[in-house]
Amino acid sequence: MTELATQLINLFAAVLLLLSFALLAQRRVLSLIQLFTLQGMTLVMSTTVMAYFTAQPHLYYSALLTFVLKVVMMPWLLHRLIVRLNVRWDIETLINIPTTMLLGIVLVIFAFNLALPISQLSVSVARGTLGIALACVLLSFLMMITRSKAIPQVIGFLAMENALFFAATSATYGMPMVVELGIALDVLVGMIILGVFMFQIREQFDSLDIRNLEKLKEE
Amino acid sequence: MSLYSVGAQLLALLLAVLGAPLLTGWVNQCRAWLQNKSAPPLLLPYRTLHKLFNKESIVAEHASPLFRATPYIVFGAMVLACGIVPSLSTDLPLAPAADAIALVGLFALARVFMALAGMDIGTAFGTMGARREMLVGFLAEPALLMVLFTAAFITQSNLLASIVETMATQPFAIYPSLAFAGVAFMMVSLAENARVPIDNPATHLELTMIHEAMILEYSGRHLALIEWAASMKLFAYSSIGLAIFFPWGISHIGEPTGLLLALPALVVKLMIGGAALALIETLSAKMRIFRVPEFLAGAFMLAVIGMLVHFLLGA
Repeated sequence: MTELATQLINLFAAVLLLLSFALLAQRRVLSLIQLFTLQGMTLVMSTTVMAYFTAQPHLYYSALLTFVLKVVMMPWLLHRLIVRLNVRWDIETLINIPTTMLLGIVLVIFAFNLALPISQLSVSVARGTLGIALACVLLSFLMMITRSKAIPQVIGFLAMENALFFAATSATYGMPMVVELGIALDVLVGMIILGVFMFQIREQFDSLDIRNLEKLKEE
Repeated sequence: MSLYSVGAQLLALLLAVLGAPLLTGWVNQCRAWLQNKSAPPLLLPYRTLHKLFNKESIVAEHASPLFRATPYIVFGAMVLACGIVPSLSTDLPLAPAADAIALVGLFALARVFMALAGMDIGTAFGTMGARREMLVGFLAEPALLMVLFTAAFITQSNLLASIVETMATQPFAIYPSLAFAGVAFMMVSLAENARVPIDNPATHLELTMIHEAMILEYSGRHLALIEWAASMKLFAYSSIGLAIFFPWGISHIGEPTGLLLALPALVVKLMIGGAALALIETLSAKMRIFRVPEFLAGAFMLAVIGMLVHFLLGA
């Protein structure tokens, strides 16, 4: 039984890593949002499996919360945002995509090595996946660094939160409910604030390119 | 080496050589259905081969002997590759002759000769096709090797037959690393077999073609051999994929009755696989040539990640 649980969690972890790389390689804003939704869905499924096999009822609530927030609400908000900002164009990346992917591999190796001693301290059925969760966090970081437009950066930020959530559930059977609710709310509020920010950025510079923010004084 | 295993080897080889055009015909038929066209007959590839074998073979004035030899070399390499791939049974007397790395080498040998022949005549199209083919080839090969290595690490062997034997006999388990390798393998086989996101197999005169540009100067029996070899390559790749990722129904060592089940199982799997290939080809658009490195870098990366995941999770 635990054998199957571990295998299923490992599979979901692998899918999560795959989706992180897909996010890294994707050029279109619309596809990015779809991938992000899929990532949320994977998270919901892995949390449900975890809840079922470890008999931790509070994980069901957090799965439900994840579903409402990350599979329904966030993608809807993002969709509305790109319709209103009218940005469906291809994203330009700062480094070309094959190089980004090779950098991603290096990050994955780094994360796996880093997580190996840590995961030996854990007793959870899914301790092996800590390395993958860490790799996903780093990949989302990389995505935020290599994209110059605001929306992909926000999606990178959200993907990073997904990975952190996965790390928490896989290594320690989830955080206390209060903490989880707090983080969920934080992300939602952060998302709304960033949405407002994007409108401001566009109004100021007529584009969503973050590099414009580097100029501090007016010419 | 029993009589039975020799029989199984011969049967697998015959099936690969004679059945390969049927698979191509099936893929073409599925593709036509999916694209709302009236489908060509299933046996059309055989008729094309027959027609080509009866036609005169015209060779350019400046062609070197290499140009004439290439179709036979390519055909021979593909027959050998089909002999190693465990499509029906894992009890193959030829299998120890070449491991997974040599198999990739066989495909590479065929590719190098095709590229040389493409450049031999000195036409602009041939040279361009050869250069593009080498670009695709040198990016696809490491990815293919990594996929095979992942399977080899899981089963502790790099002989294709024993990899499949181990995969098929062990109790069912979910391997995330194999899932990565499977996606990578699919991408590589699309590239290696000149299918749609990389190259269009239906085109014969287009600026963007790769495989067809190289063989533009061939005619008659030479062209027939090359087309036949191309279908055998598709068959070999499908068999490798099916054997590693869906090894159920394959016949094992010392189990003579297994072949009775293995043959229909293989046919059903190939039918589903061919339909899936047609679906992918219909759903995706052909890529710009400079997007190809990106696509194949993705495949390579997935295969490497598969291997890393195997080390991390031990599965």
